[in-house]
Order: sequence, then C-alpha cells, then structure tokens
Amino acid sequence: MERIELGTTKNKEKIKELILITGEKINDCMQCGKCSAGCPAASQMDILPHQIIRYIQLGEWKKLIESKTLWICASCFACASRCPRDLDVAKLLEGMRVMILQEKNSKKIDIEKMGRLMTDEKMPQQAIVSAFRKYSK
Amino acid sequence: MQKIGVFVCWCGTNISATVDVKKVVEEAKKISGVTFATDYQYMCSEIGQNMMKEAIKKNGLERIVIAECSPRMHESTFRTAAEEAGINPYLVEIANIREQCSWVHKNKAEGTEKAIALTKSAVAKVTLNTELFPGEVGVTKKALVIGGGIAGIQSALDIAEAGYKVDIVEKSPSIGGRMAQIDKTFPTLDCSACILTPKMVDAAKHPNITLHTYSEIEKISGYVGNFKVEIKKKARFIDEEKCIGCNVCTDKCPSKNADNEFEQSLSKRGAVYIPFAQAIPNVPVIDKEECIKLKTGKCGLCEIVCPANAIRFNQEDQIILEEYGAIVVATGFDIIDLDNFGEYQYDHPDVLTSLDFERLTNAGGPTQGKFVKLTNGERPKKLVFVQCVGSRDVSERGKEYCSKVCCMYTAKHAMLIKEKYPDTEVYVFYIDVRTPGKNFDEFHRRAVEKYSVNYIRGTVGKIFPHEDKLLVNAVDTLTGEMVKIDADMVVLAVATQARKGTTALKRKLGISTDINNFFTEAHSKLKPVETTSAGIFLSGACQGPKDIPETVSQSSAAAAKVLGILSKNKLVNNPCICEVDESTCSGCLACTKMCPYDAITEKHLEFYDERGTKRIKVVASVNEALCQGCGGCTVTCRSESIDLKGFTNQQILAEVDAICR
Repeated sequence: MERIELGTTKNKEKIKELILITGEKINDCMQCGKCSAGCPAASQMDILPHQIIRYIQLGEWKKLIESKTLWICASCFACASRCPRDLDVAKLLEGMRVMILQEKNSKKIDIEKMGRLMTDEKMPQQAIVSAFRKYSK
Repeated sequence: MQKIGVFVCWCGTNISATVDVKKVVEEAKKISGVTFATDYQYMCSEIGQNMMKEAIKKNGLERIVIAECSPRMHESTFRTAAEEAGINPYLVEIANIREQCSWVHKNKAEGTEKAIALTKSAVAKVTLNTELFPGEVGVTKKALVIGGGIAGIQSALDIAEAGYKVDIVEKSPSIGGRMAQIDKTFPTLDCSACILTPKMVDAAKHPNITLHTYSEIEKISGYVGNFKVEIKKKARFIDEEKCIGCNVCTDKCPSKNADNEFEQSLSKRGAVYIPFAQAIPNVPVIDKEECIKLKTGKCGLCEIVCPANAIRFNQEDQIILEEYGAIVVATGFDIIDLDNFGEYQYDHPDVLTSLDFERLTNAGGPTQGKFVKLTNGERPKKLVFVQCVGSRDVSERGKEYCSKVCCMYTAKHAMLIKEKYPDTEVYVFYIDVRTPGKNFDEFHRRAVEKYSVNYIRGTVGKIFPHEDKLLVNAVDTLTGEMVKIDADMVVLAVATQARKGTTALKRKLGISTDINNFFTEAHSKLKPVETTSAGIFLSGACQGPKDIPETVSQSSAAAAKVLGILSKNKLVNNPCICEVDESTCSGCLACTKMCPYDAITEKHLEFYDERGTKRIKVVASVNEALCQGCGGCTVTCRSESIDLKGFTNQQILAEVDAICR
C-alpha cells in the first residue's frame, strides 16, 4: 500500500469547489460509519460512503474521482436521513459527479434529449435538475 | 471636589503585554478629580490591597477606581478592602481592562487607548456613586429538595445531618429515582439497590427529613432565605397513616393492565400498586386512570380486603404551604424516545434500551432476573450493544451532547453477561469509547481483554427482524468491511435528556436552562451548583448528564451551599436595587408587568388635594428583598421614575460621555 502524504492545502481548490456546490460541512463527520452501515448499494462500492468523506477530509481527490462508488450510489438518501451529524453523502457524491462531467467537457448529456426529459411526466424533478447541472456547453 | 484614587493592575503580563500601564496611570492623573494614581503588578494580592488601603489613608482618598480584570473576579475583593480602609464599598468602581481590553486586543497602542477610555469612564461613574447600605432579611431555617433520586437523597441527608430541617418533594410514589431501577453500578459492579436502599431508609427515618412523595411543586414565590412554596400532594386514595404495606390490595386488584413504569413497561401492574419492593414509603397508590371503582363506581375490592381499613376513595389532591430558606433542584433525567429511529426496530420485543436491559437482568425485574428473550423465553446467544443512539447527534432526531454514562454502562452490561454466561457472543458497536474517570478505562479494557467482548468501531445501519433473529447490518470502520450479525437481542444505549417537566419547573423557580433544556449553573467552572437565582442550587443529572459518583459529589456540594445560607441568622441584601420616585411615578404599572421577579407591586398613596378632599395616587412599589437589580423596569418606565441604585441613568450616561469625549 502506498503511503499518502498529508497536507491541508492538498487539492484545496477542488475540495473548496465541492463544498461550495454542496454546502456540506465535511468537518462535522465523526466517521461513525452510519452511512456505510445502512447503504443498500454499499456491497458494490469500492470505497464506502464514510470513507468517501474521509478522503474528502484528506484531500485525496484522485482516489475520489477514480472510485466506482460515485457511479454506484443510487441517491436513495438513506445515508443522509440517518446521519447523526446532519451530513449528506449522496449530495457530496452528486457534487463530485457534476464536477467530473463538467470538467471533462464530456457532453454526456445530449441537449436534444433534455427537452424530452422535461415532458416525461414520470421523470422525477430531481433527475431533470441534476441533468441540467451536469450539462456542460 | 472628591478625591479619587486610580489603581492600574498589570495582572502579570495579562494586561501589561497589550496595555501600556504607565501611560494609563499618566492619563488617569490628568482626569478631573483624580488626586492619586499608581500601578502594581498584582493589585489583587495582599501587597496590592494594602497599597490601596495605605493610599486611602495617606492621601485622604474618598472614591476608588481599580483598572484590572472583570468585576466578576475581584470587585468584592476591593470592596471589602475599601471598607476596611473606611470607605463605603459602593464607592469602588472597576474598569475592566483585561477581559474587555487586553485579552481582545493585539495592538498595544489600541489596547492602551481603550484602557484609558475605560478608566476615564469608570472615574466618571464613581464621581456620581453614592454610599449604599445593604439591608437584612431573616432566614427560614429549612430547605426544600425537589426530586427524590440519589441526588436529592444525598443533598437532603447532608443538610439534615448538619442539623437543619429538609423536605423532599418527589413526583412519583416512592423515592429512589433512576438508581433504584439500576441493577449494578460501575466501576465496582456492586449492587445498586444494596447501596441505595440504606440511604432511602436513612432519609425516611431521619428526624430532620420529611418526605412528600407523589407530590409536585405547584407554585414558588419569595426569595433567598424566604421562599414560599405550594406543594400539591396528589391523592393516593390510601390513608398513609393507617396502611401497613401488606400488599393485599395490590394482589387482589382485578385491573392489571397498566404499564409498569418502574419496569420500563416490560410488565404490567395493577391499578393499586407499590412501584417496587423496596419502595419508600411502603404505601400503595391507586392510579385513578386505571381503577375500576374510580372510573365506574363498581368494584372496590381493595376496600373490602384491606385489613387496615386504609382505602379512601374520597381522598382529594391537597395543597400544602411551606416556607424554606433554600432550594435544591435534583430532578434527574429521562431518556429520549425512539419514535424517529425506525432503523433500530425498537418496537420489536427483543430490541431493548439499556434501561430496559437493567430491569430485564435485575433479580426483582419482570423475568426475576432470568436473562431471556421476551419473544420466546430462550436465552440469547448473540447479543449486540449499540452505543451513541441519539447521542452526539446534531440532526433533529437526537441530542448534540455526549450522554457520558453509556460507554461505562455498556461495558458493564457486556461484562455481567459474559461473567454469567461465558458462551454468549457479545458485540459492542461504538464510535468512540469515552471512559475518563477513576478506574473507568481499566474497567472498559477489562471487558475487552478479560471478557473478550467484541468491540467494533462503527455503527449499526439497520436491523431486520427475521424469524426469531434480528439481522444487524453494520460496518467496521477500522477495516472498511461491511458486517452482519444474526443477533438474538439488541440493546440500545439511548441518549439521556432533561426531564419532560423541566420547562414548567424552570418557570416556577425563575431559573434558566441551556439549549438542551438542562438547568444552567451560574458559572461553568466557579459556580457549578449555583443558579443565577440566589438560594436555588442544582444537583445531579438535571444540570447535565452525570454518573452516580459525580451526582453524589455535586449533591453534597449543593448541600454545603444550602448550609451556607441556613447557618446565617440574617442575609445581606444586594443594595443595588431599584427605587421608585413616587413624586413622578404615573402609576401606569408597566414595570410590574415587566419585572421577572414579581418584585414590583401597586401601592396606594393617600393625600389631600387643594380642596381638602382625600385622594388616592397609585404608584409602583419595589420589594427590596425580591428585587434582583436587573434594571428591566428602569427601561420600561415611561416617566423615568425608577432608577437602579448603583447604576442610575445619570451614572451610565456619564460613563458614555466619558468614552465619547
């Protein structure tokens, strides 16, 4: 296992942006693991939700964005509803997804499909808003 | 012209590092009226005080300003010293150049400028000070203790032993409180009842202690030394004098569907009941919500079988009036309810709180101490403890504070089970183990090292009842592995909280509570048992989560404070109280509505007008014993007819002027 170097300025800009997008107070986490313990999708994750927060606290940006966890999270918000410290891991994961998609200019969201998304009555409002967030010009 | 002396303290480097003390002295000498100014490293020391006394005598000083730390620290020190030197103590003013100046400034020039301004302002005020003389009030040599748990019992015993009368008012039918429910106590594992019940008996038998059980505080008025209290003695429907505690009524009562509060609702009790075997007094209570006779008029079986003829269905609640010199509040704690913690399945009979577990494993409990599952009567083989359930939880479900006792009692439960049934697998889910205290960490380590209790750092996500098991999904945060256990029983270390009736009692007492509804002490370090209301003291978990040793220490401390009042024949009043100018008072009585201490009342002045007709003028009147000098009325008064002695409007404005000049 490789030794990671600690430093408070590590990936400071990225972490700052993530906190700005999500409004989460990452220092409030006391690593109780409640989010991981109750996560229905955790069995498929390579980094558990509480470890995601720990990596954010440590500024390990590379480990975070390379993690499968980001794309496994189903945003069921079980973690957020039970967190004793009022943190929302799902929101942080969504924030990271937004940052990745925007940064790569990947155009993963097809502008032509966006209109259809909005007229689909079964589409959750949150999914539409999230889709717009991930759209990059 | 008055002769004012100014003394500037260095407080070592506390003040002198950010305030140029010499410059303050120099500037002080220029202020009109100041005839003497000097500085010293530690004014509060004996040398410093003597220096002040000598300066008073030598220079004929009439008023004194000390520029030093907060008046909370040393105002009384210098008032006493001034009195010894022959000056009225209320002619001393403190300029706070430490907490409000040197500690909050980094720049020495700015700090010095502010210290000078504060000193000028204190001089301006002291110029207008008048001599004040404290009044005296008598003391009722009797104390009231609210709450009959270990905290209240200990305070009462200490006060009674010192030779003063004390009444305990307990809401429930028996004294004993939470400690009576507990099976064993940490860290010695001695039997809770064995150490508590002798104290209960001592309290009941002590000639100086009167117990008012099944009673509540209805109303409190008065002030330190002279509290007037209305106590509601709820109807027991049983003649306490006649009852012999034979339990015939409790055995024969046909209504047996009430939840047994003492047993944490794990069993049922009758409508007529004694909460537990060692209850004091050993007199039953008839629960009027459950009693068939009181609800329908039919039954009355207890009345027929009672050999002592003690049943009184016509008994009514009774209000008794008592007077006390001091009050100890010892109302204890509750645990939070788990309605919002669905993931723990508390409605399942095999999921228990730690308090439930105490009863389950207690020889006097619902299973006579048999460690069995309530669902099928089998002995649990796998036991899971979950700590911090609702504690350290900032969400709306829980409490932000650490409940302090859970780490220790969970280790206790785990060890007791492993000792009795070594084949039981015991798991404890924890976030942090917090065991500071004498022999506490050793106790917890014993659970891990000697008893092989499996401590897992992490918490439980969800519990799924499956057949006769409880499937516990959790995480081990140290390895990052998700774990599962098919447990037979789960015990939750639930957060403690202030008693449910705290807010109502707080209003009756006129004391304050913190953000978590625990009663607030007057100073977190230096006045830990006092409240901001003179004569009212705190003991035990009503002030914050506490274990038994801490509770007992605090209870004795509260008793010592009470004795400090009861041992005096007269109490000295704070003379800084309000005064009404009856010539300008319009009698609107807005102040009476504002006063939080009910110290202002209406007064009728009789006078004859120019035609010789008798007239009555309504004015406000301040009860000097009740007034706490908060000054609220002076702000409320429309005609500026009330002034606070020692802090008159004129004095305050002089201070402001001095700063602005």
